[in-house]
Amino acid sequence: MQIRVNERSWTVNAAPDTPLLYVLMNELQLQGPRFGCGLAQCGSCSVLVNGVETRSCVTPLSAVGSKSVTTLEGLPAWYAGQKKLAKPPALHPVQQAMIDEQAVQCGYCFNGMIIKSSELLSKIPRPTDAQIRTAMNGHLCRCGTYPRIMKAIQRASLVMAGGGK
Amino acid sequence: MSKTSEIVRRDFLKTGGALVVGFSLRDKLSAQERGTKAGPPDAKQVDTWLAIHADNSATVYIGFAELGQGASTALLQIAAEELDLDMSQIKTVRLDTNVTPNQGGTYSSASINRGGPQVRTAAAEARLALLKLASAKLNTPQDQLTVSKGVVSGTGNSKDSVTYGELVGDKPFNVTFTGNAPVKPTTAYKIVGTKYPRNDTPAKVGAQYAYMQYVRVPGMLHGRVVRPRGQRMYGAGAKIVSVDEASIRSIAGARVVRKGDFLGVVAENEWDAIRAAQQLKVVWETPPPLPGNAGLYEHMRAAKTEENIVLERGNLAAGFNGAAHTAAHTCRGPYQAHAPFGPNCAVADVKADSALVMCSTQDVYGTRNSLSRLLGMPVDKIRVQYYEGSGTYGHSCYDDVAQAAVLLSQLAGKPVRLQFMRWDEHGWDNYGPGHVGEVRAAADANGKIVAYEYQGWQHGWINTETSAQLTGVPPTEWPGAGTGVQGVNRLTCGGMYDIPNLRLVNHKLAVTSYLKAGWLRSPLDLSFAFASEQAIDQLAYLTRADSYEFRKKNMTDIRWLGVLNAAAQAAKWTPRRSAANVSQANVVTGRGIGVGTHLTSYGAAVAEIEVNKDTGRVVAKHLYGAIDAGQVVNPGFVESQIMGQMVQTASRMFKEEVKFDQAGVTSLDWATYPILRFDECPEVTAVVVQRIDQKSTGAGEECMAAAAAAIANAFFDATGVRMKEFPLTPVRVLAALGGSKTA
Repeated sequence: MQIRVNERSWTVNAAPDTPLLYVLMNELQLQGPRFGCGLAQCGSCSVLVNGVETRSCVTPLSAVGSKSVTTLEGLPAWYAGQKKLAKPPALHPVQQAMIDEQAVQCGYCFNGMIIKSSELLSKIPRPTDAQIRTAMNGHLCRCGTYPRIMKAIQRASLVMAGGGK
Repeated sequence: MSKTSEIVRRDFLKTGGALVVGFSLRDKLSAQERGTKAGPPDAKQVDTWLAIHADNSATVYIGFAELGQGASTALLQIAAEELDLDMSQIKTVRLDTNVTPNQGGTYSSASINRGGPQVRTAAAEARLALLKLASAKLNTPQDQLTVSKGVVSGTGNSKDSVTYGELVGDKPFNVTFTGNAPVKPTTAYKIVGTKYPRNDTPAKVGAQYAYMQYVRVPGMLHGRVVRPRGQRMYGAGAKIVSVDEASIRSIAGARVVRKGDFLGVVAENEWDAIRAAQQLKVVWETPPPLPGNAGLYEHMRAAKTEENIVLERGNLAAGFNGAAHTAAHTCRGPYQAHAPFGPNCAVADVKADSALVMCSTQDVYGTRNSLSRLLGMPVDKIRVQYYEGSGTYGHSCYDDVAQAAVLLSQLAGKPVRLQFMRWDEHGWDNYGPGHVGEVRAAADANGKIVAYEYQGWQHGWINTETSAQLTGVPPTEWPGAGTGVQGVNRLTCGGMYDIPNLRLVNHKLAVTSYLKAGWLRSPLDLSFAFASEQAIDQLAYLTRADSYEFRKKNMTDIRWLGVLNAAAQAAKWTPRRSAANVSQANVVTGRGIGVGTHLTSYGAAVAEIEVNKDTGRVVAKHLYGAIDAGQVVNPGFVESQIMGQMVQTASRMFKEEVKFDQAGVTSLDWATYPILRFDECPEVTAVVVQRIDQKSTGAGEECMAAAAAAIANAFFDATGVRMKEFPLTPVRVLAALGGSKTA
């Protein structure tokens, strides 16, 4: 079966009912999406499918078809495509903002946090605090980093408004 | 560098030749050589702690795990400071029983507390040795040398310089670590005490971080354990009646492995292993009944216990008899789960005479011991390597998953990667234990606390991991149950106040009759503070005093006063009696204050909350947390830890409770064990009380008790009602407020 991940076509051997997560982790050996619950409850496995945040742990390979999958690895290029930049930045502004705010503790949830906030900012460039809380509410963090994640999203939003650096 | 300290250092350099006796450079000590022998490496050798490379950089070998708290960066700050290196010139390596020293486990907020002094003195010893070499090389007395970024320069007639790398360049020091080398005075610090950014963050946001869950080895199988969904009574384990291996015949690649009641499946393909574990038909023996949530606290209170007096002074009866005001309060605190965000994972490769295990243990040497017992293999044949998983906050299933992976590998005869499923982790965790606390406190007419008694009921921690137990190892109790952190906490329970008559009594329950317990971040402290600080708050109320002023009046320890004042000031606390603004409105607000700690640091907190009396929903709007942890190496990291503690305390006070019935645990995922989400996340103000001249103590769990107390007292301020049980769920709150809905 062929799937399209991070702007590249991959031939994969997994059975069609295999959740996308295990294909990304085991066959493509990607280190963005990760196992958290297998129940679509936590958001650690999130990827973008045609730009929409999707839980890869419950998405069977057969449902992916020819859609475009973007993982944390492909996020800077996806952003460059959106912003029509000549070449991808090293990091998506949300990733950079997480560093600038020193938001990360164990960091395990940050795949989902970054994927989801990238989706949010692609739809609502200058979200309010309430919009951020609503959008992010399906993503859990055990270390309690929510306050700094919210700050980082606001910071990224400002950076992106300033010209998509 | 201050003058006096410089003189001390220079005098030592003149006279301290004994330190570097036998100092000679052997041949190059390669990275391979370092990993070939079972550890721990000799802690008495500087080479165990540190290597200087030809490119003038250094590697520090640290025995503490990075758990997301920033310890790996902070310990490097300490080493860089002593060595006069730039942070860009220094790194550390993965914990490995063949490589890194044994500094004990990464728990009890010990990384900086215990690990800091060792790393600091080892670096100081290395610096001394380097200066001796430089002195010979530059033909300049040691006391005329200065170091900057690993470049040693003369300050006297000769201005020549030489780098650490040129002096040692990957060769071993061969110097005894005496621990006596003089360390820098705190006044000379350039790196310690600064907010240096975390060195693991870029890889963590950039999909390059080697989390345990991504570790793969050639030829490995994927494994899953098969257990009942949700643990039973610890003493009962889980006994197999029958296994129907034919039930997974449709999954060609999967097979069953079993040792006693330890049951698992392995497959080349991960999805096959997952499906097989779910599809395998197993009949389990009916376990003996547990009290369940509904009967837990009555059961604990009525059970046969072992009593011990934790602390006693003065004459309690006389103190209470002569008092003007007495307050009594009860706390019922639930089992709470570690619930790491990513379930634990391990890779094991067990051969006939050796084993390699990769896992997320907080103590590689402790895990090696437990695996040695399980396999009947000498410790020096087992190598354990640490890979960070997700934040674990205590003794989650990391040892259990390592044991299970080892068993699966041994049984399958191949390397096995075992990823616990969400229900394995939630359902078979070593929970923070449930607690019943009964406290009485009394004050005289002048508002001075004169008597205090705390009686606490809980059981200790388990000492047999589930995997070992299922193979037939009897369930035992962790040593020291009923004392120390497994008993009533003498600091959190009244220890911050000057109380002449006091008694703390511990009632230890039988560990095998309840759920499995282990150390959880600030294990029982939330419960202790919930009871104790509400009783103290009630005394303030009864004496018509402001809650903050009342506490101040009863404290003399400047460090407790320091954090209390810091929290109050951050929150712009204005004096008034609690519950003075109680109203009939449907949505009311309140503010509360509390103090408490876990081990040796000092914590204080203020909470501002909102209570909806129609829905019973309580939300923390703003939490202020202050910690005095002595010398804070990186205030940014401690602020981050305070933030995490405030959010996690809100989660534990409002949401978290392990649910179980007579058969076993029913909290198996995030739907059945909810935690705080973005929508209810408070604003957090973190205050670090820096005491650069004091010994560093823990900062990872030291203001959760205070925050729990502040939240409970804020609820009273808002409603005039004191809660006796947490979490403060809508059902419980409505019942307490006299609403129509009951629990």
